Amino acid sequence: MILNVNGKKAVIADKESLTISGLLDVLNVSDPLYVTVELNGDILKRANFDGTFVRDGDEMEFLYFMGGGRG
Amino acid sequence: MLQIPMSIYERMIEQAREGVPFEVCGILGGKDGVVSVIYPMTNTDASRDHFMMEPREQFSVVKVLRSQELEMLAVYHSHPETPARLSDEDLRLALTPGISYVIVSLADPSAPEVRSFKISGGKVGSEKLIIVND
Repeated sequence: MILNVNGKKAVIADKESLTISGLLDVLNVSDPLYVTVELNGDILKRANFDGTFVRDGDEMEFLYFMGGGRG
Repeated sequence: MLQIPMSIYERMIEQAREGVPFEVCGILGGKDGVVSVIYPMTNTDASRDHFMMEPREQFSVVKVLRSQELEMLAVYHSHPETPARLSDEDLRLALTPGISYVIVSLADPSAPEVRSFKISGGKVGSEKLIIVND
């Protein structure tokens, strides 16, 4: 499966589909609980990370929450 | 080392003042530690002591930077009433690797203080900030 992840080609070997959670794991994304994901232009709800599958040709973006507080 | 043009430095302070009493936030982009663009962002928390960027804006800025072959160099936010240091919550949410964290403090409204920090291996280090004329 070949994806576009954060603007770069990502080859996921031996997989035809993968959940968002699985993909974050494969990509070794640390602190995945603090990640926001956009799949093919749509921002996903975290509750759907386990039930949404990426497939060949999908475009996925992820980034970390940017926040802080008690400043 | 983070180099910021005077106009962008002043824009951050202006935004911080405009946002009082709330914290404001934004992204600095550029290349090789030299800032060339500023993107003021929405603080979805609209809070005096907390900020959270709007995800759709974040994605948009990241894509624009990429299209211009620039990098996200820093996330900045203001401390309307407290010093220019990273709070525990700032540290907990400083998750984006490799970037600088800039704080604009208005603790002394007549003398804003801007400081930059880098986080590596869970440790915080003050970073040299160079302000240059445009």
